[in-house]
Amino acid sequence: MIKKLTPYIGEFKLPSLLTPLCMIAEVVCEMVIPLMIASLVDDGVTVGNLKHVVVMGLAMAAVSLLGLLFGSLGAIWGAKASTGFSRNLRQGMFEHIQTFSFANIDHFSTAGLVTRLTTDVTNIQNAYQMILRMCFRAPISLICAIFMAFRVNSQMAMIYVWALLFLSVCLVIILSSTMKIFPKVFEKYDELNASVQENVSAIRVVKAYVREKFENTKFKAASGNLYNLFVKAERRMMIVMPLMQLTVYSCILLISWKGAHLIVGGTLTTGELMSLFTYCMNILMSLMMVAMVFVMVSMSMASARRISEVLSEDSSLTNGEKPVMEVADGSIDFEDASFAYKKDGAEVLSHIDLHIPAGSTIGILGGTGSAKSSLVQLIPRLYDVTGGCVKVGGLDVRRYDLDTLRGAVAMVLQKNVLFRGTIYENLRWGDENATDEQCREVCRLACADEFIDTFPDGYETMVEQGGANLSGGQKQRLCIARALLKNPKVLILDDSTSAVDTATDARIRAAFAEKIPGVTKLIVAQRISSIQHADSILVLDDGRISGFGTHEELLSTNPIYQEVYRSQIRPEDEEGGEA
Amino acid sequence: MAPNARPMRGPGGRRGMMGRGGPKVKNPGKVMTRLLNIMLHYYGPQCLLVVVCILGSSLAMVQGTMFTQTLIDGYILPMIGQANPDFAPLGHAMLKVVGWYALGVVCTCTYQMVMISVSQGTLKRIRDDLFTHMESLPLRYFDSHSHGDIMSLYTNDVDTLRQMISQSIPQMISSVVTVVSVLVSMLLLSVPLTILNLLMVGLMMLITKTVAGSSAGYFAAQQKNLGKVNGFIEEMMDGQKVVKVFSHEEKNVEAFTQLNEELYQAASKANGLGNLMGPINMNLGNFGYVVVAIAGASMAIAGFGGLTLGKLASFLQFNRSFNQPISQVSQQLNSIIMALAGAERVFAVMDEPGEQDSGFVTLVNARETENGELEEVPERTGTWAWKVPYGDGETMLVQVKGDIRVEHLDFGYVPEKTVLHDMNLFARPGEKIAFVGSTGAGKTTITNLLNRFYDVPDSKIRYDGIDVNKIKRDDLRRSLGIVLQDTHLFTGTVMENIRYGRLDAPDEEVIAAAKLAGADKFIRHLPDGYNTMLTGDGANLSQGQRQLLAIARAAVADPPVLILDEATSSIDTRTEALVQKGMDGLMYGRTSFVIAHRLSTVRGSDAILVLEHGRIVERGNHEQLMAEKGRYYQLYTGKFELD
Repeated sequence: MIKKLTPYIGEFKLPSLLTPLCMIAEVVCEMVIPLMIASLVDDGVTVGNLKHVVVMGLAMAAVSLLGLLFGSLGAIWGAKASTGFSRNLRQGMFEHIQTFSFANIDHFSTAGLVTRLTTDVTNIQNAYQMILRMCFRAPISLICAIFMAFRVNSQMAMIYVWALLFLSVCLVIILSSTMKIFPKVFEKYDELNASVQENVSAIRVVKAYVREKFENTKFKAASGNLYNLFVKAERRMMIVMPLMQLTVYSCILLISWKGAHLIVGGTLTTGELMSLFTYCMNILMSLMMVAMVFVMVSMSMASARRISEVLSEDSSLTNGEKPVMEVADGSIDFEDASFAYKKDGAEVLSHIDLHIPAGSTIGILGGTGSAKSSLVQLIPRLYDVTGGCVKVGGLDVRRYDLDTLRGAVAMVLQKNVLFRGTIYENLRWGDENATDEQCREVCRLACADEFIDTFPDGYETMVEQGGANLSGGQKQRLCIARALLKNPKVLILDDSTSAVDTATDARIRAAFAEKIPGVTKLIVAQRISSIQHADSILVLDDGRISGFGTHEELLSTNPIYQEVYRSQIRPEDEEGGEA
Repeated sequence: MAPNARPMRGPGGRRGMMGRGGPKVKNPGKVMTRLLNIMLHYYGPQCLLVVVCILGSSLAMVQGTMFTQTLIDGYILPMIGQANPDFAPLGHAMLKVVGWYALGVVCTCTYQMVMISVSQGTLKRIRDDLFTHMESLPLRYFDSHSHGDIMSLYTNDVDTLRQMISQSIPQMISSVVTVVSVLVSMLLLSVPLTILNLLMVGLMMLITKTVAGSSAGYFAAQQKNLGKVNGFIEEMMDGQKVVKVFSHEEKNVEAFTQLNEELYQAASKANGLGNLMGPINMNLGNFGYVVVAIAGASMAIAGFGGLTLGKLASFLQFNRSFNQPISQVSQQLNSIIMALAGAERVFAVMDEPGEQDSGFVTLVNARETENGELEEVPERTGTWAWKVPYGDGETMLVQVKGDIRVEHLDFGYVPEKTVLHDMNLFARPGEKIAFVGSTGAGKTTITNLLNRFYDVPDSKIRYDGIDVNKIKRDDLRRSLGIVLQDTHLFTGTVMENIRYGRLDAPDEEVIAAAKLAGADKFIRHLPDGYNTMLTGDGANLSQGQRQLLAIARAAVADPPVLILDEATSSIDTRTEALVQKGMDGLMYGRTSFVIAHRLSTVRGSDAILVLEHGRIVERGNHEQLMAEKGRYYQLYTGKFELD
């Protein structure tokens, strides 16, 4: 898991190396100071040597300024290394996600990918900085302090070693028991927030059914649960502070008592006793720091795991060897094609055999869940078949270069998205080199020109994120225009005119028939009127072909088609027909 | 330590971080007072105990440090050179210190233990109060605040409060106690050295402030760039499938690289400066220590001011005890300001006025007695009555028939923009009324006003002859079953979700409602049938299936009046035809309001109202309107676009 992330340190190896070195240098400076204090007191103050006091004092000032220098360099390099690492990680993930297939995206979900790219990367950045700045500093500080203490007096230093052992054992026990609880606590915490989220977005339902009290009771039960867990976890954690105090106090008492004896016995000086007090604090504080780094880092492991999941996900769709770079024509063939979204999952399409000649217009109809979208998504190879094959231009789609195939097969998705930018910019997703005139031309085809012309800024109108400032019908027409700009051989409209009124819908179809007759057109729709005049209509039911033929043929033979037709037809038309 | 080291999660994480650039609290004193009031109100005795224990703990520490002086000056130095030094007096003195230390440890243990209940308890109360109050807020509030901002109250603001209450406040108290008692002790030891020490601390704080000030600009830049990067990520991840379809990957990476680089430049500088605070505080502290040590040593040698070696040793230790809490507090200050800013936002929501209700008419189950009068009964009868109280304690029952009249109603969500103009409409009991019109014509607004999602002036809407403002809001809503345009499901089983309509409905009635709504078939195909868990607002269901569940929910509620707002818009026409039968059964004999995009859905209505720009332009049944050859005719024949 970690191996997956380390290459992303990249050009920040040097600061990543220098930071701990600086931190170690800073610690050494910090450790020397108590030693100098001892000398200042013993050789200067006690013997009344003011010269020694000043010399020692100046040396101490120099050392602490040196410490400041190293500390500052460590601070700056540490920040550079950690923010650089996070930049590289973000970049790496983003680029890797661009290679994802639809199946990969479904696997993580949009929200999942966003969290990994944002919050998780920030967590790793913080943890990495902590590792660089503290992971070496704290243990070194610990070792230095003990070493110094031994230099002063090994008998006394042994007291620290025992104290250290005692505290370490306690910390390991406390941390390992609480580290198990905290993930549970945070899980509950996230659940509670998720239920708030639910209430905020469903507030109209809550109010319409007068369920405020019901929701309050539910929430209080959940928050009470969380409270109990939090208290339980924090109570265990809490022991650390008084335990630490107990150890420090015991050390001070022992050192005072033994120190008094040694000084009186002449083997220890008062100055040395004072520096021992300082080391006592240093040693135990460093130990706490080590524990904290340990907790921080192990908590960020979840983020590291989530990121490495993204990085190690292999795209399920890749170009084969020697991909074909040219699509011959717009004919489409399904040969015994089957498809399931998950391996070993239920098949949504079973044994489809279908042959569509280039340049024809095909309507596709079926109820909710009849796999209309799944069927058309196989054509530009957004998903791979799990059985049989799909051919475009007489060749298996898996043999084409993906960009080539998708350039030739333009698809307007059901759940479509426009991006922030002008209308021109959005259209040019289809072809970045398209001229203004070409953009206008496809808008005329998609009947989008009529509303664009009414905007004060025309084609320069800014589209907000997700096209929030456009109506459903306007968005759909822009999406169609954008796809047309690709100048495709096959055009697939997946329920793309549902929000467009029937009259405009009819005009778009007429424009297609007149202006782009050579393009194979597949139209998925719920409205019979949208597909009635197609060359052939495919009726899907539960992943199987229920009927394939013209409007008239299906009307006389296909019960599903008849039923749908009847549910939509107006009585006066019927009456007219009968009369 | 660990609870606060928690990595930040969730999409709401951004605003909280924004605060680092320089959070603004309008009235920190007031917010703090209010917060303390809440704590004292619920945990008064515990808070007192905490303060006492913190005092005890700090006092013990100071006593211990004071002892170092007596240790050297009072016991060790006199004993040096004695032939048979007597350690007994030292032993006695140390026993006293042992007592102090024991007290200190006990106090620390106690206040920490109590503080956990106080801080977590206070947070639970704030969370509960916030949620309960949020549920009572009018829809207007939810319209004017983004869901992200509301969520951020829970995910960021309450979370920063948690850190402040459980960590910063106790630390502040103990720091103040320590600083004051150490200052007093230092003054007792040596006044000149104390002044010198204060000067050094002042210098340290000045430098810290300068660095913090210069980093603020970079932090703001970092937040701005982070916002840009995250915004780009959200937009592109949302449109990732479109990116694939258009083979737009390379251009996408290009744009991202630039944003990412800008973020790195700002973040690297901001973090670098932020990191400087630690070493600056520590090394300047060391530097200050050195200065005081030299000055003190010179004074001790010169015998100036009665400073002894033992006193100097104590003083130097106090120097550490003094600097540490000050640098801790200065580092905590930012997080305290952030927490107060969060608390201010939380309190602001709690101060928002909830939905107003001056209604007094209630909805009761009723039964017709033999002599044709109504009487109130506790159980469901299928007949409802309005219970109208009179001033003298008498009540009158009026049968709920579903007669609704709107007269001369003007309404706008904001004062500047009127959405409904002089609206007049009536629905006779049992009638099916349909609204037709483009988006923004005011269809949904009318239904919003019927169930008082928004307030209307008195006497504009009458329900069975009663002004809706006189009906208790909850009872009014209970009498109206509503299926909303956007379907929302809750985490729970399918069964629970349908039962949301009527909490005491037995399983059989829930299943019957599902059958009525045409949902039974697909529910049985789910992995666990009616016990299938739905999560994430029913993300595993199609939009059409979710709508069927919403209809079932209304069916199980079995209310006198129904409102269907685009209830079948995402259901394919064949399924809709099936559902329609069930819905017709549901609507039979009930007044119902139907909003639909598909005109086939509204054709059978008793009256169809065509709305345009907040005005009713046509009214009549299908045949009448077709004959009129007006707007409805144009719509129906596809000559006019509905959107």
